[in-house]
Amino acid sequence: MEAINNAINSGAATDVLFYVFAVLTLLCGLLVIVNPFSRSPVTSAMFLVLTIISMSGLFVLLHAFFLAAVQIIVYAGAVMVLFVFVIMLLDLKEEQRRKIKLFGFVAGLISVGGIFSAFVTSLATVQALPEAPGPRAEGDTQSLGHLLFTNYTLPFEIVSVLLLVAMIGVILLSKKKLE
Amino acid sequence: MHVELHHYLTVSILLFCLGLLGVILRRNLLVIYMSLELMLNAANLALVSFSWFNHRLDGQVLVFFIITVAAAEVAVGLALIVALYRKRQSAHVEDLTSMKL
Repeated sequence: MEAINNAINSGAATDVLFYVFAVLTLLCGLLVIVNPFSRSPVTSAMFLVLTIISMSGLFVLLHAFFLAAVQIIVYAGAVMVLFVFVIMLLDLKEEQRRKIKLFGFVAGLISVGGIFSAFVTSLATVQALPEAPGPRAEGDTQSLGHLLFTNYTLPFEIVSVLLLVAMIGVILLSKKKLE
Repeated sequence: MHVELHHYLTVSILLFCLGLLGVILRRNLLVIYMSLELMLNAANLALVSFSWFNHRLDGQVLVFFIITVAAAEVAVGLALIVALYRKRQSAHVEDLTSMKL
């Protein structure tokens, strides 16, 4: 932990690493959506794994060590295995190229552009951040766990109930006969 | 140029828009689902960077909950897709038109 902290605090290296991870994240994210070489869902899933891994690199740069580990274990591990398993189960062929409806295409681009411009205008107001009080908060397991079991106990318990409900729901949904 | 909060937020915005574009443009249910995950991840990145630059940990706790809920959501959604595929033999959104007027 100390070695990582010292490496991160040295400054210039983190800036370079930020740009590397940011470009990697965006590039792999783009290849999930539009891949010129393949229309198969499996390649999309693999590029999503790469996106998630490079994003956990960004989390490490933000000192969120616990979340970086959870990101890799839960997303790249559990969730993506589920995705690949379902792709195998459905035995999906290559996505056929169908004619894209022009109206839907243009409307989609306009709505994405609208949301993008709204984000960019709000980003301009965010830039002048007042200096926050106190020392930097390290996102290691101890401090996050402490917060989780003091201030956020009730949401933590509710989330456990939610996981139970999701589990029962999935079992019901995947039964052969839906009554 | 030193990396500040708005650098991270720019990456988050671009990733969110990529995800939204994927949801709108792609026609395969599974790829649409992956794009949704991309959007959730963009929100996570924004929360973690806010939490680091504001010297608080609350944002990271929220990201922890988001990851948990996203895992549950993926499990339920994929079960729905499998059930749908059993009935319709298709995971293509343009074949699912029973709610069209």
